[in-house]
Amino acid sequence: MQDLVNIFVKSIFIDNMIFAYFLGMCSYLAVSKTVKTSAGLGIAVIFVLAITVPVDYLINKYLLSAGALTWISPQFADVDLTFLSFIMFIAIIASMVQLVEMVIEKFSSSLYNSLGIFLPLIAVNCAILGGSLFMQEREYESLAQATSFGLGSGVGWLLAIVGIAAIREKIRYSNVPAPLRGLGITFIITGLMGIAFMMFMGIKL
Amino acid sequence: MSTEKVKREPLFSTKYRKLLTIPIGKNNPITVQVLGVCSALAVTVKLEPAFVMALSVVVVLTIANVLISLLRNGIPPRIRIIVQLVVIAALVILVDQVLKAFAYDVSKQLSVFVGLIITNCIIMGRLEAFAMANKPWDSFLDGLGNAAGYGVILIIVAFFRELLGSGTIWGIQVIPQGFYDFGYKDNGLMILPPMALIVVGVIIWVQRSRNKELIEEN
Repeated sequence: MQDLVNIFVKSIFIDNMIFAYFLGMCSYLAVSKTVKTSAGLGIAVIFVLAITVPVDYLINKYLLSAGALTWISPQFADVDLTFLSFIMFIAIIASMVQLVEMVIEKFSSSLYNSLGIFLPLIAVNCAILGGSLFMQEREYESLAQATSFGLGSGVGWLLAIVGIAAIREKIRYSNVPAPLRGLGITFIITGLMGIAFMMFMGIKL
Repeated sequence: MSTEKVKREPLFSTKYRKLLTIPIGKNNPITVQVLGVCSALAVTVKLEPAFVMALSVVVVLTIANVLISLLRNGIPPRIRIIVQLVVIAALVILVDQVLKAFAYDVSKQLSVFVGLIITNCIIMGRLEAFAMANKPWDSFLDGLGNAAGYGVILIIVAFFRELLGSGTIWGIQVIPQGFYDFGYKDNGLMILPPMALIVVGVIIWVQRSRNKELIEEN
């Protein structure tokens, strides 16, 4: 249990998707103009990451990694399909996003109205594929660990985008040098937020 | 197809040269179009991985652009995103395997970021916006130009981060030992991730103050 909490906290604050790895920067920069829409996108990211990371974990464990196919027949023990992981992961992500969109549309139209427009955007969000690839690289031991990593990364992403959106709403009223307006100042603020987040480094539960 | 065109228009006419040069400067994918920032920053601590990353993107984007442009009349519009993703993913797998075989150390340093070329918005963006509507040679130049624009920013950022952060360029020490004896210290902050963002911010600042028409409203 403790290791789950540890992974969760670590992926929110220390290995934050945006401040430590710059994943999902495209939508982060494009959608962070108001707090409301950025919160919507953030929630959609949490949602998709919490689903795709565990699914990709299972795919990786039972289909792709070296010797994973032994559950079919022992003679597959030396088959290693890891080189297929990029194409598998992106296919899973694209289809999961589609599936999630359809399920939400069917069961909760209010949720669909608030998240719907963001879901197609998310299929090509680097944070989602990045989540699966980090999961593969770090070799989490159980499904629970992978899920907790996915959830934590999503929450970290939400924190970052809501934070920058709030700052951008306020900075509209300040006198930023003309060439820095818009994109430039957003980059620099994100950098400063990243430095602030570095104080969490070394936290261990 | 291209031989016909060669007769009508020389391969490096002004129009073609523009396709190549505009994305490097005035319409740079990173600093102006804000595409592909995701994978750009994390690999810029040292010059070598940044260069390899830039080269990989050049290869993937140019080939993908040409391929999609050749296929553009055969792709049904409804499934074009999937076709594009498959082409990109296949190319990225190739690049990844080549890197693992010939440059294992760099490939380890780049870790997941080679895979993330798949979701690099520059590639999807160029395929969707340019290759789907243009001839192969135009698409080739457009892909090369945009990937080069991406690479240039990557290399500039990596140059400053390596120079100020570790006092080396491409692993070779350039700050004389005498400076260190005198009390000069490498700026450890430059190695940390947030500084990449600030360096890009400064590059945007410099570019926009020289190019007034790029300045944004608010």
